[in-house]
Amino acid sequence: MGEFRMPSLGADMETGKLVEWLVVPGQRVRRGDIVAMVETQKGLFEVEIFADGVMGELLVQPGQTVPVGTLLATIDNGTAGTGEKPPAPTDSAAGRAKAEPETAASALTTGTSAPSPAATPGRIASSPSARQLALELGIDLAKVTGTGPHGAIGRGDVEAAARAAGTKPPAAAEPVSPAPTEPSAEKAAGKPAPTAAMKAMRQAIAAAVSRSNREIPHYYLETEIDLSKPLQWLKEENSKRSLRERILPVALLVKAVALALREVPELNGFWQNDQLEVRPDIHIGFAVALRQGGLIAPAVHHVDQLGVGEVMERLADLIERTRGGHLRSSELTDATMSVTSLGDRGVRTVYGVIYPPQVALVGFGCIGERPWAEDGMLGVRRCVTATLAADHRATDGHQGALFLEALTRHLHLPEAL
Amino acid sequence: MTDRELQSIMFAELQKVAPESDPAGLDVHESIREGLDIDSYSFLKVLVGLNERTGIEIPESDYGQLATLAGMLNYLRAHLC
Repeated sequence: MGEFRMPSLGADMETGKLVEWLVVPGQRVRRGDIVAMVETQKGLFEVEIFADGVMGELLVQPGQTVPVGTLLATIDNGTAGTGEKPPAPTDSAAGRAKAEPETAASALTTGTSAPSPAATPGRIASSPSARQLALELGIDLAKVTGTGPHGAIGRGDVEAAARAAGTKPPAAAEPVSPAPTEPSAEKAAGKPAPTAAMKAMRQAIAAAVSRSNREIPHYYLETEIDLSKPLQWLKEENSKRSLRERILPVALLVKAVALALREVPELNGFWQNDQLEVRPDIHIGFAVALRQGGLIAPAVHHVDQLGVGEVMERLADLIERTRGGHLRSSELTDATMSVTSLGDRGVRTVYGVIYPPQVALVGFGCIGERPWAEDGMLGVRRCVTATLAADHRATDGHQGALFLEALTRHLHLPEAL
Repeated sequence: MTDRELQSIMFAELQKVAPESDPAGLDVHESIREGLDIDSYSFLKVLVGLNERTGIEIPESDYGQLATLAGMLNYLRAHLC
């Protein structure tokens, strides 16, 4: 028997709400299948399963909020019979032990426990857009009457329920600044109003940053990189591409970071159990700002093996899904290093806070013209300020300097990116 | 296409990336990206949307000409076939 537990979708997550099961008991699942939708302070996520097998009992009902690590379901993977079952460990004991990204990877462990049967929740058939809208509006799907085939709930049904409850659609209701009052309909539906959700996200971010600052002895290095050559290359490359396929400079920066990490692998990994675990794969967490405030840094996988055009496609896809609420659990948990780019707002230098258990973060400011001295001549070049925030437990300034040097070198060879 | 039609396409595309905003409330000479707080990725998305709905090709070197509502409207009007 395997166990499927509430994954930790990042260092700042303590509990998650199971919004919906996408599988039923007895259904065959394969590693990587999305089996549930989970809501955290940062939104709605698609949770994948990490082994092949047949879904057993679903132990947590849609709508329940449980701590990270709580057993959500069992999976029969053929490793044990269905006869005698030892008593299940208490959920909370299993839950709080880990709050690290690898929890997701180990969310399915082949343990010995099998919990006592719980009532099997009926799955509410509903379209993805209906689920998303219901979440945005704070409508409980269980209370919506579906008018689709077999009672399936469509977007229109959620809208009708929202109208009945007096909740406005999000386009009109989404507050840009904190709204002083909360619609009573949302309270009645038992959902936190957007303001409360935002407050929860701020608290989650504060908790993660506090932990990072408390536990990680950061050091910072900064360098100015002349981007004339890569930007010229990009201009020529983009002139051959349709509008939709054009590449933004940030894709070059992210790719160059991945190549530089290959040369300084000590910056690519996790600090765990008082030691550095260098990761062989390079998954770059890319910080994406959410329009309603807050940020998420989902991972672009194997960046070092992608072409720049592919990096751009993946980034675009991630940004879309981050803002649209369709990120997968693995993308939230397996970044091996992070990149934050604040250049869009004219910021020149970013002093990043490392996202535990990662050991480094690269920040990029805005790309702009700067006076540039080279070979005894003064000129004007388009430049970017790159900063490295790194964990002194894992590396020293020397390695950090080697990394920034490699980053510069790769950016100066754009055709090889 | 009339100016009014072009404008409604512009507002619709801007609202896609900034759903809570009121693009019509922007000063026509104000930077769209600053006024609506949209990043370079979202701005590129707006341009893709404009391209799809008007058929107008927008080379990268022209992006700067579409930075304000007035500039965007002028550009689209001038490049309509």
